[in-house]
Amino acid sequence: MSEHPPTAGQTVGPFFGFALPFAGSAQLVPPNHPSAIQLVGGVFDGDDQPVPDALLEIWQTDKNGASIQEGGSLHRDGHTFTGWGRAATDNEGRYRFTTVRPPGFIAMAVFARGLGHRLLTRVYLPTAVVDALLTTLPEPRRATLMAAEPTPGHLVFNVHLQGPRETVFLRFPNEPA
Amino acid sequence: MPARTYGSAMTSSDAATATQAEINEEIAVIRKAQAHDGVTGWSVTPLDFPPYRSSILRHPNQPLHIVDPEEVELLGPVFGPSDVDPLEADLTIQHTAPPIGERIVITGRVLDGDGRPVSGQLLEIWQANAAGRYLHLRDQHSAPIDPNFSGVGRCRTGTDGTYRFTTIKPGPYPWRNHHNAWRPAHIHFSVFGRAFTQRLVTQMYFPGDPLLAYDPIYQSVVDEGARHRLVATYDHDVTSHEQHTGYRWDIVLTGLRRTWTEPA
Repeated sequence: MSEHPPTAGQTVGPFFGFALPFAGSAQLVPPNHPSAIQLVGGVFDGDDQPVPDALLEIWQTDKNGASIQEGGSLHRDGHTFTGWGRAATDNEGRYRFTTVRPPGFIAMAVFARGLGHRLLTRVYLPTAVVDALLTTLPEPRRATLMAAEPTPGHLVFNVHLQGPRETVFLRFPNEPA
Repeated sequence: MPARTYGSAMTSSDAATATQAEINEEIAVIRKAQAHDGVTGWSVTPLDFPPYRSSILRHPNQPLHIVDPEEVELLGPVFGPSDVDPLEADLTIQHTAPPIGERIVITGRVLDGDGRPVSGQLLEIWQANAAGRYLHLRDQHSAPIDPNFSGVGRCRTGTDGTYRFTTIKPGPYPWRNHHNAWRPAHIHFSVFGRAFTQRLVTQMYFPGDPLLAYDPIYQSVVDEGARHRLVATYDHDVTSHEQHTGYRWDIVLTGLRRTWTEPA
């Protein structure tokens, strides 16, 4: 065992709405930005019911694939791209981000009442090349990580916490089993 | 984590029908099964923990898929001095008058799994007021709202990973997990590391709280040591003359190393 075992996660609970989302938290770029895309979807439980008390965070490169290390997410100035955003689901379990299209995937963290620890996943753009993760997934599972793009610039990605369409959630080698 | 399910007979959620004794018994049965399966020793919070009723329909059934991080996941968002005003770390000065309650300071360090301080990173906290009421529309507990307490704070860690919040001690509050269910007093913490994979949301508890023994959220953590590390320590050196009492609580994120070794 490590000398510094990590602090255990605990659920975000139902009452984060007054604390964690903030003005502009889900708009990584302003809606009128020339490269703006929408990333929308729903979060669903094992009965396929919408989850109205989930919180999603996304983290991504810029549209050229460059890593971002810029502050300013909590008070966006309308120009600086910080690569990070946060959105709570609404009463119908739906979320919406405004961002730009990265070359590969958008990393996503999922928090909710009932989730003892956050879940991590990836939102692959329809144009993403098949990478190391996608290669290892059988087709029905792989599809859960692929965003749809029914109209250009409008990406749809649903998170299924449980059930036949359950999203692939990830564990990285630095995390305890 | 074994693929085994620890509560397949349980299907209802939020029914608030079970007694505390039944919840305690369910937890005891799971502990025994985990010990039998060798699920001990690490600070893992199981996602599948039926005594916490809301988890029943919200935990993935598939095992987490192990993957090497890509470059973007080895970095995380950066928060600068412009993101957080130092005054946001004091939850007792956000309104015209001081809030009702026992004024406390909570301080500690944020470290990564290799023992290195996590400096300049964002910490967010939120909590109920002294009466056990959140400033949230869905909280319909009959305890009073305090017009002088919002219960939301932020700060950035110092160069040695130190953080410090001034607030009031939150009250316990009832919830509908089972009959006569009460959450122990707690403060929610949201913590960022250097990498996206280190992201952590957790809860800090207070020493000596008799409700810890009855709380399925606290009790969901498998390892006893890991549960105890969620409880702050009273520290008289943090307590300040005629000002506030003091608690110390350190937060450890996962390490950044890429290769995972089987814990002993």
